[in-house]
Amino acid sequence: MVRITTIVACAAALLLPGASRAQQWNSAGLEQSAIDASKTKSAPPPRRDLTGIWDAGGSGIAGPGHQSAPWTQWGQQKASAYKPGNGPRAVYEADINDPLSTVCDPAGFPRLVLYETRPFQVVQTPNQVLILYMFEKRWRVIGTDGRALPKDPDPRWYGYSVGHWEDDFTFVVQTVGMDERTWLDNAGNPHSGELKVEERYYRVNRDRMELTVTIDDAKTFTKPWLGRDKMPLTRAPANMDVMEMICSPTEVMDFRKNISDRTDKK
Amino acid sequence: MKAKLLGVFLTAAGLLVASTPSFAHHGTASFDTTRDLTLKGTVTDWIWANPHCFLKFDAMDETGTVRNWAVEVSNPTDMTKRGWARGSFKAGDQVNVNLQPVKNGAPIGRLRTVTLPDGSTLSAGGPAPAAAALPQ
Repeated sequence: MVRITTIVACAAALLLPGASRAQQWNSAGLEQSAIDASKTKSAPPPRRDLTGIWDAGGSGIAGPGHQSAPWTQWGQQKASAYKPGNGPRAVYEADINDPLSTVCDPAGFPRLVLYETRPFQVVQTPNQVLILYMFEKRWRVIGTDGRALPKDPDPRWYGYSVGHWEDDFTFVVQTVGMDERTWLDNAGNPHSGELKVEERYYRVNRDRMELTVTIDDAKTFTKPWLGRDKMPLTRAPANMDVMEMICSPTEVMDFRKNISDRTDKK
Repeated sequence: MKAKLLGVFLTAAGLLVASTPSFAHHGTASFDTTRDLTLKGTVTDWIWANPHCFLKFDAMDETGTVRNWAVEVSNPTDMTKRGWARGSFKAGDQVNVNLQPVKNGAPIGRLRTVTLPDGSTLSAGGPAPAAAALPQ
């Protein structure tokens, strides 16, 4: 009987990992069962509130890259210099020139949310929404004080963002001024300085929200396209301690020396 | 009853391991996806780092030559979800490593599964058969 009790307890711990892992340090994120549960087993959402730690689980990982809208001629020319590690134009490992994975340049925005949406924490203040990301251990500051986007901004790795509540459960963020050096994804999708990104965070219930990201860059793509389409995010226990996930130049150089640089080139 | 409950437990555990995300910062172009090697070796280093963790070990090939292999897995975050840890290996551990080698013959590859000195097995891509769930 004791054994049966132990087995049932173990199974319950696995099926309720959010609770069982809540007291641990260095969580890598929620288990799939907790993510699945948030679809149905939840309460109504709070009004105008995204605070908490959110995890997209496996659906946040877009390692192979995205199927974008067709490139313009400018976009095609820009992309031709990019040697990605994934997607239809993937090259041998030693030939990759992705600035994120080879030299740890910042992922930048919107790659940070298109590529690896690992767990992130949302903090709301009276005039800002802060998003603290596990991936790269970066943060973004989204102005909610009614300010306008800058007219002719100096490019920044993570751009300039403003947000507003479209209704009680939908928070919309507009971002401009992204640095052209960043890629959009692992497949080597480029963007121009004219890129405008809209993020829509829709709070479905207390434990779930959906993220839709629209890429609008007429210089690079023939039409706007969705980088994320209602990507589900599950609220994690408030006391989850999120692991670090940092691209360290020291570590990436060690990886290249031991692995990448010893593989084939084309 | 016990057996049934244990079965449920193992199935649940398997599904959870299988559902962890697969990710790599590069594709399979450098790897010979038609080959599969199992080598008995001695761990020389275990690097727990981004963008990929990798295991280094000395192993003898069919000609009697000992080479130092370096085989990658995913990043620490993904490997934590699969039950791996910074302390999973130490220098001197005797291991059996199943891997997919690179095309150019260098002692480089992608680790699929590894059997530890205590007989337990770690999988790089979820439960067996690991190859089906390897990062792409």
